[in-house]
Formats: sequence, C-alpha cells, structure tokens
Amino acid sequence: MQDSSEPIIRVEDLTVAYGDSVVLKDLNFQVESGEVFIILGGSGCGKSTLLKHMISLHCPVNGRILIDGADIVTAEGSELREILRKIGVMYQNGALFGSMNLLDNICLVLEEFTDLPRDAAETIALMKLNVVGLADSAYKMPSELSGGMKKRAAIARAMALDPKILFLDEPSAGLDPITSAQLDDLILELSRSLKITFVVVTHELPSIFTVADRVIMLDKNTKTIIATGKPDELRDKSDNPWVRQFFSRRAEADVRV
Amino acid sequence: MTSIDYQMLDNSRLRLVISGKLDAESTSRLWSQALEKVGQVEPQTLVVDATGVDYCDGAGMALLVRLQAAQQRSAGQIQIKGLRSEFKQLLRLFDPGNVPGLEPRANSFVRLVEGVGQTAVKLLKDFKAQVSFAGELFVKLLGTVTCPGTLRSNDTFLIAEKAGADAVGITALLGFLIGLILAFQSAIAMRKFGAEIFVADLVTISLFRELGPLLTAFVLASRSGSAFAAELGTMKVNEEIDALTTMGIDPVRFLAIPRVIAAVAVMPFLTMFNNLFGLIGCGLVMISVGFAPIAVVNQIQQAVGLGDLFGGLAKTLVFGMLIAGIGCLRGLQTGTGASAVGDSATRAVVSSIIAIVFADGVFAVLYYFLGI
Repeated sequence: MQDSSEPIIRVEDLTVAYGDSVVLKDLNFQVESGEVFIILGGSGCGKSTLLKHMISLHCPVNGRILIDGADIVTAEGSELREILRKIGVMYQNGALFGSMNLLDNICLVLEEFTDLPRDAAETIALMKLNVVGLADSAYKMPSELSGGMKKRAAIARAMALDPKILFLDEPSAGLDPITSAQLDDLILELSRSLKITFVVVTHELPSIFTVADRVIMLDKNTKTIIATGKPDELRDKSDNPWVRQFFSRRAEADVRV
Repeated sequence: MTSIDYQMLDNSRLRLVISGKLDAESTSRLWSQALEKVGQVEPQTLVVDATGVDYCDGAGMALLVRLQAAQQRSAGQIQIKGLRSEFKQLLRLFDPGNVPGLEPRANSFVRLVEGVGQTAVKLLKDFKAQVSFAGELFVKLLGTVTCPGTLRSNDTFLIAEKAGADAVGITALLGFLIGLILAFQSAIAMRKFGAEIFVADLVTISLFRELGPLLTAFVLASRSGSAFAAELGTMKVNEEIDALTTMGIDPVRFLAIPRVIAAVAVMPFLTMFNNLFGLIGCGLVMISVGFAPIAVVNQIQQAVGLGDLFGGLAKTLVFGMLIAGIGCLRGLQTGTGASAVGDSATRAVVSSIIAIVFADGVFAVLYYFLGI
C-alpha cells in the first residue's frame, strides 16, 4: 500500500513503437489519487494506445508504468493479477459478454477473483448495477440495452472488485448530449463518494470541462505531451495556439493539424 | 481477524456483532453462516452491531444489504448500529432496495414447464419462418426465370466456383473411399455364396440411387451451406442487410437467389464426380480379388440404367435448393452478439441434413410408385 500523498499512477519515460514507427516518445506524467484525469488529443495521436499500455494489454519499448507503486510493465503472474484487481476498464463499446445477462457479466469477475458464494456475488452485482441506475435491467441481455446503458453497465462491471482506478475509453462517443451528461454526473459521483481515480480518454469538450481535474494533451507530430493542466487554464492561457483552438473548438488556417 | 457473534437479546431480537475487516475474503467465509443463523431464528428485529468494523468494501456492503433483504422478506426489522459514517454513506449509495433479483425465483417445475412452452413456440415460429421463406424464394426464383436479366450472374459464377469447382477434390476422394470400402466389405460377405461379381451391382446401384446424391449433399451442406449462413450472418450483424433493404435492394434476390441457383447448378456435376470415383474404388477392389477389368465394366453396365442415374441426379437438384435455401435463411435470421454467427452456421448444417434425409425418403416413395 502506498502513502496517500504518492501519485497512484506514475508513467516514466514511456516510449511506444510498432515496428519502426514511434507512436509515443518519452512520456512522463503522474495521476494523483482520487482525481479525474483526462487524456486528450487529436484523432490518431495515440490516446487509446497509451491507455492500452497503462492496462498492460500492450508492452512498451521503454519506460515504466507504476500503478499504486508496482510496475505493470514487468509484472507477471500473481503480481500482475494483484495489480489488475486494483483497476477496472470500460471499453469503447462496453465489451459486455453478449451471451450473458448483466448480472452474470459482473458475477463472472467476482467468481474468478473471490470465493464468494453465488448469492453474495449476485447481491454485489445488483448493488453495482444500482449505482449506475441499472438494477432493474439486471436480467437483460446486452443486446437489449441502448448505447448509454451498455456503457453504464460496463462501468458497473469495471467496478465489480472495488477498483482504485477506473480507465474509461471514450465514454461519451456515440451518445446523445443528455446521456453523455448523465455519464459525466456518474463519473463525478463515483469519484466523490467512492474516491475512485478516473483516467479517461475522450475528446468531448463539454464533458472535459465538467469532469476533469487535470488534462494532458498528446500531439501527433511531436509524439509527446504538449500541454498539462486544468482545462480552463489551457483554453485561456496556453502558449500553444493549437491547444487554445482545440479547447475553443475553432479551426484556423495558420495552425497545423 | 474478522469475527461474528450472535446474541439473543430476547425472544424476538437477535444481535449480530461483526468486527474486523469486512472484505471479499472474510465475507465469503461469513456469508452463509450469517444468513443461515438469521434464517433459523427469524428474529422480529435484527440488530447488526458494526462498531468494530474498520474496513468494509463492496462485498461487506453486500452482506449488510442481503441481511436487510432477508429481514424485509420475513416482515422483520433491521437496525444497523455503529457503522462508520463513510461506510453508511456508501451503503445508501449501493442499496438496491427491494429489487426483483433478491426475491426467490420460481421453482424448478414451473421453470421446466415454462421452458417446454417457450421451446414449442420457438419451433412453431421457426417452422412458419421456413415456410414463408420457401414461398418467397420460390416466387423470386420464378421471377428470375421469367426475367433472367435480373440475376447477378457474376456473383452466381463466383459462388458456383467456390461451392462446386473447389469441392471436386473432396467429393471425389470421399466417393473413391466409400466405393472402395463398400466393395471390400460386401466382397467378404458375398464370397461365402460365390457371388463376388455382384459386388459391382451392389455398389453401383447404391451409389447411383442413394449414396452418391446423399454424400455429395452432405459435403455441400457442411462446406457451403454453413459458409452461406456465416457470410449472410456476418452481413446481418454488420447491418449490411439493413443497408441493402434501405437502398431498395431486396436481400433475398440479391443474396439468396444467386446462391440457390449456383448450388442447384453444381450439385449434379459434383454427384457425377462422386459416382465416377466410387466406381473406380469399387473396380480396384474387384480387380484385386481377381476379376478382369472388362468383366467389371460389363457388370456395371448391366447393373444400372439411365433411369437410376437420372433418378439420382434429379434428387440432387432438390438437395441443392434445400441446402442453399436453408443456409441463406439461417444467415438472414442471425441475431446479435458474438455467438450468433456461429449458431447460424450450426443451425444451417443441422437443418440442411435433416431436410435432405427427409426429402430423400419422399423421393424413395415417389420413385417406388413411378417405377423408377
């Protein structure tokens, strides 16, 4: 267990490449415990790639990713399992298992990681579904849900093991503004009441201004971080015109894309 | 160390003292113990003393929620005392109240009856879908016959190549092996009666009338019927079928008709290959037991007539139509989810094989009365 003043995620000198093409170069940043941390950037700048490395789906060329003090890059076996227990991930399309209802989707994780009896696992699953407002739909199959409900169900599944960190990949993509706002409220509520740290990949501006404590911005050309800070500060005070344009949602000819 | 204690305060009040760390590990140990105790006693009031709980995660909360639900069901009261305020707040957030999931489910007999009913309804609906699809296909085939320009001929040739030309090798091999095995097995039995020359009759008649068409149909069903279902199923999942419909293109005419025509066209040729190689296999066995090749050929020529050959080939046209039709129907019926396409392919093969054997039986009766 880490000291509470220590950052919960620390990324050091991370370099990611596929073959000869470098995607991210020498990234250094840290995420404080309990904050909502947003990874931003234009299309194709490596946001999702960074996320996939942080949850150990891919292995970087160089660098360390410390999750609660343990390096997820080099961890294997039970050590990796221990780290994975501390994180939950919501994938872009929910990635719920189509052959199981929502309750079973969540119980699966609980039964894999704990010795809880079925009754207990079901109660926990219902509680998690209740937090995201889907307790009534516990016995529905994922195909019966709308896009927003799938994402909320995916958050409930990601929370099954009471993780310290939740990674969300494009939570607002493909949702209407109201559903998207409800999801933002849910993120804020969970962050406040359960003290969960959120790492969110998105480029939905309204959502960023609502939920973000801190933002990093990746750049496709330099392949590194070009801005860090609070969203309103970046919009108003950034030295980089591209960053200011991104936040004020303008496209001007003099700025490279 | 987590511990749990029970005290009867009076006849109707049970006190449950929980202390220590209430996480997934300890909850899994305490769960059934606590619920059983409460179930046995059925107290009017359950007092949970959580003063000693210094940590409580989702699993611990679940235990408290489950105890609440148990008390609600038996119309009793519950008081949770001494729970730290931070955990109390979480409990309020998580508590799903009286949701249907925590209620006891219907008993197994009711579920069984329900299951049987649902399966019966599903089968009837499936039968209805097959009949209506067969009708639709027939009408559109007639349309294509009367107006051949509407057929997508390039697609049809490509499908015929995949389902027919590419399957020649496997069909020939299968025919050869079956001819060989059949001749060999029957030669052993026939030898006892000195009737080995009639092995040629047996193999030829059974190949031409029954085995040839059936084996070829099985090959086509497992190779191409499943492929049709998987291809159309993937298109359904990717909303390509919906796209066709909204563009005003009829999916049955666009996708099913070329497949049905291609399958019907290749089936007789594949069957003839199967028969030919079956005869070669049979001939090899006959020659190896000492007959002259010319004697074998003569015997084969005497054994069957054109009626046997064409009777068999006529069946293959129907088999081809059944395989392609069912493959396309299953593909178009594909649901959603990762397993849907696999299910469709399986159902296509199973339904095709049943339909083929059933149709073969109908032909047997028909040919008997027609004297073929």
